[in-house]
Amino acid sequence: MARLTVNGQSHTVDADPDTPLLWVLRDQIGLTGTKYGCGIAQCGACTVHMDGMAVRSCSVPVSLADGKQIMTIEGLAQNGTLHKVQQAWIEHDVPQCGYCQSGMIMAVAALLKEKPKATDADIDREITNICRCGTYQQVRAAIHSAASA
Amino acid sequence: MNCMPTINRRSFVAGTAALGGGLALGFELPFGGSSASAQVAGPEVNAWVVVRPDETVVIRIARSEMGQGTLTGLAQLCAEELECDWSKVTYEFPTPGQNVARKRVWGDFFTAGSRGIRESNEFVRKGGAAARMMLVQAAAGQWNVPAAECTVANGVITHKGSNRSISYGKVADAAGKVEPPADIKLKDPKDWKIIGKGVKRLDTPEKVTGKAVYGIDVRLPGMLYAAIKACPVNGGKVKSFDAAKISGNKGVKKVVPVEDYAVAVVADTWWQAKTALDALPITWDAGENAKVSSESIAAWLKEGLDVDQAFVGNKGGDVKAALVGAAKKVEAVYGYPYQNHFTLEPQNATARYTDDKCEVWASCQNGEQALATASEASGLPIPKCEAYKTFLGGGFGRRSTSVDYVRQAVLIAKQMPGTPIKLLWTREEDMTHGWYHPVTQCKLTAGLDKDNNLTALHLRISGQSILAKVRPQALQNGADPATFSGFYPGGAEAAIGYSIPNILVDHSMRNPHLNPGFWRGVNINHNAIYLECFIDEVAKEAGIDALEFRRKLMANHPKHLAVLNAVAEKAGWGRPAAQGVYRGLAQCMAFGSYVAACAEVSVDGNKVKVHRIVAATDPGYAVNPAQIERQVAGSFVYGLSALFFQECTVKDGAIEQTNVDSYEMMRLAQMPKVETIEMPSGGFWGGVGEPTIAVAAPAVLNAIAAATGKRYRTFPLKQHGLTMA
Repeated sequence: MARLTVNGQSHTVDADPDTPLLWVLRDQIGLTGTKYGCGIAQCGACTVHMDGMAVRSCSVPVSLADGKQIMTIEGLAQNGTLHKVQQAWIEHDVPQCGYCQSGMIMAVAALLKEKPKATDADIDREITNICRCGTYQQVRAAIHSAASA
Repeated sequence: MNCMPTINRRSFVAGTAALGGGLALGFELPFGGSSASAQVAGPEVNAWVVVRPDETVVIRIARSEMGQGTLTGLAQLCAEELECDWSKVTYEFPTPGQNVARKRVWGDFFTAGSRGIRESNEFVRKGGAAARMMLVQAAAGQWNVPAAECTVANGVITHKGSNRSISYGKVADAAGKVEPPADIKLKDPKDWKIIGKGVKRLDTPEKVTGKAVYGIDVRLPGMLYAAIKACPVNGGKVKSFDAAKISGNKGVKKVVPVEDYAVAVVADTWWQAKTALDALPITWDAGENAKVSSESIAAWLKEGLDVDQAFVGNKGGDVKAALVGAAKKVEAVYGYPYQNHFTLEPQNATARYTDDKCEVWASCQNGEQALATASEASGLPIPKCEAYKTFLGGGFGRRSTSVDYVRQAVLIAKQMPGTPIKLLWTREEDMTHGWYHPVTQCKLTAGLDKDNNLTALHLRISGQSILAKVRPQALQNGADPATFSGFYPGGAEAAIGYSIPNILVDHSMRNPHLNPGFWRGVNINHNAIYLECFIDEVAKEAGIDALEFRRKLMANHPKHLAVLNAVAEKAGWGRPAAQGVYRGLAQCMAFGSYVAACAEVSVDGNKVKVHRIVAATDPGYAVNPAQIERQVAGSFVYGLSALFFQECTVKDGAIEQTNVDSYEMMRLAQMPKVETIEMPSGGFWGGVGEPTIAVAAPAVLNAIAAATGKRYRTFPLKQHGLTMA
C-alpha cells in the first residue's frame, strides 16, 4: 500500500512498491494525461512534479512517492485558471499530435519555477523531452512568452 | 435526438477515390445496407454539419488527427462554404461503422500520403456548401420568400426585402428535412475568408490540459490490461510457454497465445501484465529468417545494383550509349537503412468482444482498416463491429501500414468474452516489431559532355518494396511504382524536376523478411537523398555551382525551379555566409507539392551544427499557413533525427535497437532556426505533412560536403562518427 497526494487529493493504492509511479497514476488513479513513451526516463512524456521537482514518473517507484506531493498535468491549472505555461502553449498553438506535451509542459513549469527568466541556454540544457512531431521551435517561443508573462 | 433525413450517396460526396480506399485494404466493405443515424446531440443538417440550438457548429471529420492539423484544415474547408461563425466551430469523428452504414457518405478515412486535405477538399467544401443551401432554403421556406433573395454571413441568414434574419441554430432542424441540393457551386478561391487563414487549431485546449484522449487512454468499465510478446524474428513462431510459472502472480488473470507467433498476459493492471510477461518462460521457433543479418541484406542489395533485370520507372533517350559517349563519367553508390517510426505513443488498442458484437478503440490512420480488422479477427460481419478513433500520439505512417495491434487486441479479447481488454506494447516490442522504412541501395551513374552538360543519368535502386508486402494488389506487372517517387517523368504527384536527355531509373526488387511500411515521406526520403546529393557531386565534378548546375536542367520545370530560387535568394546563396558556415541545397516534388531547402551548417571536429534552414513550399493552396509552417519545421526534426541517429540493424533475423538509448532523436537544443516560405501558386492541391522531409537530409548533407569536402553516402551519420551539436 502506498499513500500519495496527487493534485491535492490523497489516495491509497494497492501496488507493489517497485511499480512505477506512472502506472499507478494512469491505471489505478485514472489520471491518463501523463503519458508512457519509453519507460527508461529518456523521452520525458511521463514528467510530473514530485514535491515541486520535475521527475520522470516511469522510473520513480511508487514507494519513493509515498507521502510526497505529486502534481500531474491535470492539476496544473489552479482554480480554473490555466497555468502561464499552458496559456503560452495556447497562444503559440504549440501541440501537434500533443502526446508529449503534458510532459513538456510539466518540465517547463518546473524550469520556470526554478529559473523564472530562463535563457536559451537554460532551455537547451533542461528541456530534453522528445517531441517526434518536432514542435521545438514553438516550444522555445512559448517558454520565452511564459517567462515574460 | 432528431430523426435525420436519408442522405443519398451523391457523386460529389465520395467519388471513385473513396471506393479505392476500401478496396485497397484487400477487404471489400459492403456498400448496401440502410442508412443509419450518427449519435449526436443536435440536428444534423447533412452528414458533415450539425448545428446545435446554442449555435455550436459541429463539423464531422473523417480523417485521423495525428498532429498534422488536418482536423482544423478540413473544418476550415467546410466552414468556408458553410458561412458559419468560425468561433462556434467544433468537431467530431464519425465512426467507420456509421460510414459503412451510410454508404460511405464521408468517403475515405485513410489518412496517409499527405492526402487528408488534398483528396477530400472538394467533397468537404461541397458538404459545407450543401448544408448552407439547405439552411437558407429552410429559412426562406419559413418566410415564404425565394432562397435566392437571402444572404448569409457568420451563421445568420438575412432577407433584406422583409428585413428579417435568423440564425443557423434556429433553422437547423428544418434544414435537415430539406431535399439536398443537386447543383452545388463552390466559391472562387479569391473569395475565401477562412481558407488561407492561420487560425488556431481546434484541438489545442484539450492537448495542454491532459484531457485529449489517445488510444492508450481509453478506459472502459471492467477493463483488464494486456502485454504482449511476439517472436523477435518476423515470421517465427512460439514453440512453447510455461503459463504455470506466472499464473499465480498478483493480478494475473490469463496467459493466452495470440495466433502462432505471440503470447499475451492479461492482468488487473498493465504493469502487472508486463512484469509477469517478462517472467514468462517462452521458447521461440525463429525459423529460417534467423539466418538474416544486416550484412547479408546489404550483400544481397549490392548484387541488385548491377543485375540486368530491373523494373523501369523512367526512361528517355539511350542511357547506355550516352554514357559510353560521355566526356566524363561520375559514379556513386548510396544506401539507406531500416528505420522505426517511433511514434511516441506505442502501439495499443482496446477491444471488447461478445458473441454478437466486436468493438475496438484505437489510434489509427484509417478507421475503416481498424473496422475491417476487427471483423476479420473476430469472425463477425462488419455490421456487428465498430471502431472508435481517438487522437493519435504520432502516426508517421506506422498506423496506416498495419493495425496489427488491433488484430491482436481482438484476438485476446475473444479469449475473454465480455471483458474489455486494453493491449499496450512496450517500447521494446514497438521498436522490434515495426513496419520499417524500407532498406535500399542506389547506384548513380552520370555522363557529362565536353561542355559539362549532364547528358545521361542512370539511377538504379536495389531494395525493398513497401507495396509488395502491404498492398500487393497495387503492383503493376510485379513492379512497385511507388519506389520511383520523385523520379516520375511527369504527373501531379512526384515528378522529377530535371530534364536529362538520356535517363534511366530502374529498380531491382529485393524483399527481406522485415516488414516494410510507409514512413513519413516514404520512398521519396531516400530517393531525394540519392538524387539531390548526387546532383551536387556531379556539379562539383563539372566545376559548376550547385544552384547554377540545377538551374540549367530545370528550365522546363518552373514550379520546381521557383521554390529552389526562393530558398537560394532568402538564404543568400552566392553571397558569403558567416565565418565557418556552409550552405547546401535540395529540391523535389513530392505528394503533389513542390519543396526546396537551403541548409546552413558548420562542422567542428565530429560535431555538426545545423544553424538555419530556409524552406520553401508550393502546395497549390495553403489552407492554414500557420499549420504549414509547423509541418515544415517539424519535418526537419523527423528527417534530421533519421539522418544523424537512426538505424535499425538486423542480427539473427531480429531488430537490435530496442529503445531511445540505441535509437536517438533530436532534442530541442539541436533544433535549427527554420524559416518557411509559403508560395501557393494555386490551381492544384498538394500535400504538406510529408514533402519537406525529403529535402531535409540532402540539403544538410550537401552543406556538410561543402564544409568538409567529404561526401557521406551511408546513414545514419553516427556511423561515420558524426553527431549533431
